[in-house]
Amino acid sequence: MRSLRRVGALAGVVALSLGAVACSSDDRDAGSSALAREVIEHYADGVYASYALSLTEAQAMDEEIDAFLAAPSEEGLELAREAWLAARPAYGRTEAFRFYGGPIDDEETGPEGQINAWPLDEAYIDYVVGDPGAGIINNASTYPEITVEVLTDANEAGGEANISTGWHAIEFLLWGQDLSTTGPGARPYTDYTTAPNADRRGEYLAVVTDLLIDDLQSLVDAWAPGVDDNYAAEFLALDDDEALSYIFTGIGELSRGELAGERMNVAYEERSQENEHSCFSDNTLADIQANAEGIQMVWTGVYVGGPTGPGLAALVAETDEDLAAETTEVIAASIEAAESIPAPFDQHLAEDADDTSPGRVAIVATMDSLSNQTDLIVQSADALGISIAVS
Amino acid sequence: MRTWVVVGVTIALAAALFGACSSGSGESELLRTDLGGETTTNALNMNAFSLPAANLPGEDRGRFEVGDSFFTQNWVAAPASTTNRDGLGPTFNARACAGCHVRDGRGAPPNADTDLVEAPGLLVRISVPGTGPHGEPQPDPNYGEQIQDVAIIGVPAEARISVTYTPVTGRYADGTEYVLSRPTYRVVDPMFGPLPANVLLSPRIAPQVIGMGLLETIPEADIRAAALHPPSDEVSGRVNIVYDAVADDMRLGRFGWKANVPTVEQQVAGAFIGDLGITNPLFRAQNCPVVQVACAAAIPGGDPEIEGRSFDTVVFYSQVLAVPARRPLADADRDAQGSKVFERIGCAACHTPTQRSGPSTIPALAEQTFHPFTDLLLHDMGAELADGRPDFDASESEWRTPPLWGLGLVQKINPKARFLHDGRAATIEEAVLWHGGEAAPAQKRFRELSREDREALLAYLETL
Repeated sequence: MRSLRRVGALAGVVALSLGAVACSSDDRDAGSSALAREVIEHYADGVYASYALSLTEAQAMDEEIDAFLAAPSEEGLELAREAWLAARPAYGRTEAFRFYGGPIDDEETGPEGQINAWPLDEAYIDYVVGDPGAGIINNASTYPEITVEVLTDANEAGGEANISTGWHAIEFLLWGQDLSTTGPGARPYTDYTTAPNADRRGEYLAVVTDLLIDDLQSLVDAWAPGVDDNYAAEFLALDDDEALSYIFTGIGELSRGELAGERMNVAYEERSQENEHSCFSDNTLADIQANAEGIQMVWTGVYVGGPTGPGLAALVAETDEDLAAETTEVIAASIEAAESIPAPFDQHLAEDADDTSPGRVAIVATMDSLSNQTDLIVQSADALGISIAVS
Repeated sequence: MRTWVVVGVTIALAAALFGACSSGSGESELLRTDLGGETTTNALNMNAFSLPAANLPGEDRGRFEVGDSFFTQNWVAAPASTTNRDGLGPTFNARACAGCHVRDGRGAPPNADTDLVEAPGLLVRISVPGTGPHGEPQPDPNYGEQIQDVAIIGVPAEARISVTYTPVTGRYADGTEYVLSRPTYRVVDPMFGPLPANVLLSPRIAPQVIGMGLLETIPEADIRAAALHPPSDEVSGRVNIVYDAVADDMRLGRFGWKANVPTVEQQVAGAFIGDLGITNPLFRAQNCPVVQVACAAAIPGGDPEIEGRSFDTVVFYSQVLAVPARRPLADADRDAQGSKVFERIGCAACHTPTQRSGPSTIPALAEQTFHPFTDLLLHDMGAELADGRPDFDASESEWRTPPLWGLGLVQKINPKARFLHDGRAATIEEAVLWHGGEAAPAQKRFRELSREDREALLAYLETL
């Protein structure tokens, strides 16, 4: 099982190499198809709708958080956590729009690190086991005020935009560290009432949530239709082959390099129980599923909570119906495989978790399927005469 | 970056039409496209430095991915829930290897008006005159061997680095004027007392990481032979003999700007402790000089902070990162012209086009013929480039010939990246013009080239 996946994994690179140096003069042009334009325009609509949905969900979360902070209680904290969990999948699906230097990860302006950086520098934010005085929250002398500027400046130091903001910062402030082997973190609501620096903690949570909303709003704006000078306009002005290469690169890179590799295989191989993305809330499995669904949206053209129209599948089917059908099938199979992994994800990362346990077997099956779909995505691009490079 | 995808597609086509397909057996080694031998990748996009060797077997992919993760993801302050990713600092230059080696590529120096903290692609080595027990530079008692300009909360950073640039004008033989920028780096706001008046500073840019495992396998005899029998009377490369912390003995240096590190493993271990503040199997002590009390009192993230198993994956990752293929010019005649100028004016005397690897514990790297364009030797590069800081046998003006593979992709992968050891050269052309010392005659011939030859050479360098 394992070795099969791995052989498949490198086959992608080999296929790319062959694609790049093949001596064929067969230079098919996706741009000759009227459908290509439709697919590209529908993609832009779908991306816009997906970010807009993510923003709406995050605003709902923001309201619950504000309500909780206005009158902290056990129930209020639970509602805020539920709102975080409810908002998370819509964002996870948008990760299929990364990896080509679009608004989310533009070299200069992309807010990706600020929105979703992992791992989180907990001790930069708040107390942790072993260091009760840690973090910006507990260091009023160094950080007298907690503002958006303080948090974004802190993010810049030391290179990658990184450490103190985004979904996982909010998650940490709602759940606290996950010290249990079976459940998520259990931060008491009194962290926002009677605990030391409770007010500052509340300020941090409010500010970091507002920052996330602002960042999501910037992505919505970048993709808004009918605007002359935003990214969507720029994207729609690209020639078809280039726009399609972006679309393919996004889902190809997310499938294997990011999702199967970075997010699943590293956790699988390392066996460190909190070496998972949503380690405070134990929401990692839902994150994985949302990523896989995002890839499916782009492929099929059916956007959750958004428009339905021609996706890459329809375009590839014009050239190679069997390849399109197989890719559709495998992308669906990846989602099913991810759904078959028993929750929580972190129980499968324990040092003593057996490789033959249903959980670890299901993780490997999911990674195999994602790897397989990456090869098919690369082949699909190739069928349209587009060479993409993904890891 | 956005436009790069198009360029990538175009170059891929060009490569397909003019490169691989036209390769004949009698072709010049300078025109080979497989710069990394069988490890060569044809990827040309923003991830072109981030892929595994093309001939790496599928079963090694898991290790590669784990190594990638530890190279790329930020380290965090201890203690943290992510127990195998904590232990950052206490003082450091970057939170991740990828903080400086952006997408496994080259780092950027600060602009004249920004703080280095926001552009951590460059660090400043520091020492006082004299040598340590193994002949290494003598660390400063209060600041150690390197200025760490960032720290975790509650620990003071050592200092800040600032840079100013002075314009230096020159003229080609054809009358065309050029302007170079000479940097002056200064250490400001030192937290543990002023630096001694005789302090030695050496600013160093993070280079691209590709092909390191291949360079490691070049037989030592081949490197020494090139030192004994220089290919030109103008140059006289020397080996650097440096301390090997694993062998506890003196060995041939291959890595670092002054060839001051013997193996990839020690390069990675040195970067973990020096740049990130991550203790590791080779260097287990926190990097806190005696006066830095808060540094020493900070909570560590384990002992060591990166365990052997994870550390080994980062070494492996660094060894097997693929070298991208050369992307020949669409105009094959111009391509050949540029390569001939490269040879004719003497670039190839140090930037040795072809090397061969010996046996390797990593089969994909063994017995390869590849094209790094380096002899791995030290050369006197003249007073202008001298850092004034000897490093083992490397004098204050000697630098190791850096490999040229990947050169034309450097600024595609990190648009802010700059060339030469301290990032003073904004373009490849400027880097050539800064060459002095042993390279002065070649630099003079470069300045005397016709415009057409000069442009052909620069176009050729962009194909590497």
